[in-house]
Amino acid sequence: MRSSVIIFPGSNCDRDMDVALKKFGFKNQMVWHNDQSIPKSDLIVLPGGFSYGDYLRCGSIASKSKIIKSVIDFANSGGLVLGICNGFQILTETGLLKGILQQNKFLNFICSNVFVKVKDKQNKYFKDLKKDVLELHIAHNEGNYFCSDDELKSLEDNNQIAVTYCGEDGTENETTNPNGAIKNIAGIFNNNKNVLGMMPHPERMIDKYLSGEDGSLFFKNILDNFK
Amino acid sequence: MKIKVIVTLKNGVLDPQGKAIQQTLNGMNFGNVEDVRQGKYFEIEVKEKDEKKAKSLVDDMCKKLLANLVIEDYKIV
Repeated sequence: MRSSVIIFPGSNCDRDMDVALKKFGFKNQMVWHNDQSIPKSDLIVLPGGFSYGDYLRCGSIASKSKIIKSVIDFANSGGLVLGICNGFQILTETGLLKGILQQNKFLNFICSNVFVKVKDKQNKYFKDLKKDVLELHIAHNEGNYFCSDDELKSLEDNNQIAVTYCGEDGTENETTNPNGAIKNIAGIFNNNKNVLGMMPHPERMIDKYLSGEDGSLFFKNILDNFK
Repeated sequence: MKIKVIVTLKNGVLDPQGKAIQQTLNGMNFGNVEDVRQGKYFEIEVKEKDEKKAKSLVDDMCKKLLANLVIEDYKIV
């Protein structure tokens, strides 16, 4: 499976993502934001970081960069596009995903392991995933997902909520919500479920020495579903 | 021509920074501060002499980049 990771000025999880993808057998290439086209890919990843210093709004400047038109065309033709953390913020700013990531409710930068519940398995990312609750890592200041009531209803009606913050046992409530996101939302899909944006970083959980390996399940699962 | 834009959060959208500022002001004995909403202010120099045309250009900029209409309103002043 071929993948491309887009690097923006200020991306800082691009190399981690490259290491993770290659570890599980993706043929990955790095693509600079100022390029106009993306090499033939089955998956495009927008990595975490602080693209353009988070100026204006997180992801807003990156969402207008040169490479983005190719990403949008790829997404609209059904290609898999994965945005992690800042990548999720960029995807909402492009309009490929609904809503926006606002500043965390308690104004703090959160850097910790969290549990997330997989809410939908009828998609190429989570289909046949053996676990329902994954332990992943978050590191963000703007992860407080927000959308209008109408948008939330349509996300729920179309099962577009991908993952939600929860406890180890899968309980979802205010105490398991780290940043104030609506309905504990940690990640969502577009309507066709080929575009996934999520705040947690699976690429940080790919080795037992990195405090967990649930990220490995995530990457392996994408590969298994592609075969 | 210089066009000025103010971008603010829509009513009902949580503004934690505004809330923190309000609480701080209250703590500084500005007890009559009931609410604070924080926004952004832009001064945009447009190479255009016709004010109407300049404002219409900036309006387009607001919709496409300066404001995110999911949570923000903008006002050209």
